[in-house]
Amino acid sequence: MEESKVIVHGFWASAYVYRVIWALKLKGVKYDYIEEDFSNKSQSLLEYNPVHKKVPVLVHRGRPVVESSVILEYIEETWSDDPLTSLLPSDAYERSVARFWIDFGQQVSRTLFAFFLSSDENKETTSKKARETLEIIQEQALGGKKFFGGNRLGLVDLSYGWLAHWLEPIQELVNVKVLEPNTLPTLYRWTIDFKHEPVIKDNLPDSKALLEHTTRQRKKFTSPPKNN
Amino acid sequence: MADEVVLLDTYFSMFGMRARLALAEKGIDYEYKEENLGDKSPVLLEMNPVHKKIPVLIHNGKPVCESLIIVQYIDEVWKDNSPLLPSDPYQKAQARFWADFVDKKLYDAGRRLCTTKGDELETAKKDFIEVLKLLEAELGEKPYFGGENFGFGDVALITYSNWFYSYETCGNFSAEEHCPKLMEWVKRCMGKESVSKSLADPKKIYDSILVFKKKHGFE
Repeated sequence: MEESKVIVHGFWASAYVYRVIWALKLKGVKYDYIEEDFSNKSQSLLEYNPVHKKVPVLVHRGRPVVESSVILEYIEETWSDDPLTSLLPSDAYERSVARFWIDFGQQVSRTLFAFFLSSDENKETTSKKARETLEIIQEQALGGKKFFGGNRLGLVDLSYGWLAHWLEPIQELVNVKVLEPNTLPTLYRWTIDFKHEPVIKDNLPDSKALLEHTTRQRKKFTSPPKNN
Repeated sequence: MADEVVLLDTYFSMFGMRARLALAEKGIDYEYKEENLGDKSPVLLEMNPVHKKIPVLIHNGKPVCESLIIVQYIDEVWKDNSPLLPSDPYQKAQARFWADFVDKKLYDAGRRLCTTKGDELETAKKDFIEVLKLLEAELGEKPYFGGENFGFGDVALITYSNWFYSYETCGNFSAEEHCPKLMEWVKRCMGKESVSKSLADPKKIYDSILVFKKKHGFE
């Protein structure tokens, strides 16, 4: 039993870490969680992820898996006995489409990060770009489905899950809304349905703490560099 | 029913080469269509409306985009010969991690080597060599990144190797000097017919970069 132990090294505010937690919970996999302090990274984190030194790290049977998209595929392939908890389509073509949208998530993150850092001067441009990018996933990835994965959550939903909770404090800080029911109705509806799912609802960072953390992050990234 | 396989690609693209290489490894017949990126075909724009990029694999009329996704798709559909990804989930995760690492780190450093001068160029060179060293350490004593057999990680990296000549010339360094074991691995891979026929001529790549540099004022 010790051999098959699962450990997640994470950070309480990280959406990437939550993807892994949601996947494990959806599969019914028990795990131990270790909170990492970035100002003082643990020896095991540095050993398990020497290349990127980041969380999340999944340790299974003593071996580390890193990079959230790689971890999600690992979880899907390792705990694959029950078709009711599959997180990727069984058809190879549909799987390639799911992977395409998971990969596109990187572009979504970059665009929304630019929005997050925007000043009054450029927020019109960054918010327009953000809305356009979100419209692509609404129209082409979500379409008329309840979830990106169809009737149940899948890895694409978990990869975009941050839009349902982590975008709120960002919009508040920039003082512009990019994901609204009148302009992006089906994507907005998806954020509600996503957060309603029991595994998600019970596993989200506290909103107030997240707003405080996001505020600090924004200050850190937008203040001019100090002269040493 | 015979499979209809079409690949939209460009000769010089290290991403397109991955698709060509996977198709060659599996012995799949396909139609190759060279795209002019300055005048993209209606088929490309229809098949990859989101990115409008090559490579695009069109299998029985349905498009698959993004080179590493294409390679995985090819591996899963034509699963009976020359497996590229291991069957063990942990080994698969390792292969995927290193392929992702190559794309995150090597492409950017390589691009900077071809488009910068002075201090920026020196930084690009340092970054590039550091990435190669990490990859060489990961390879270790194994013949391939996939272990005994050529695999997914090898496919991801080998298609950059024909660009090394360009990077070395722009940056004035020798990859062989810094990473001899990695360059042995390159030679080993080039000994495979599927690899040598899928990769472009390094000198032709360099000529195209010179044209690009002149056109965009990067000399």
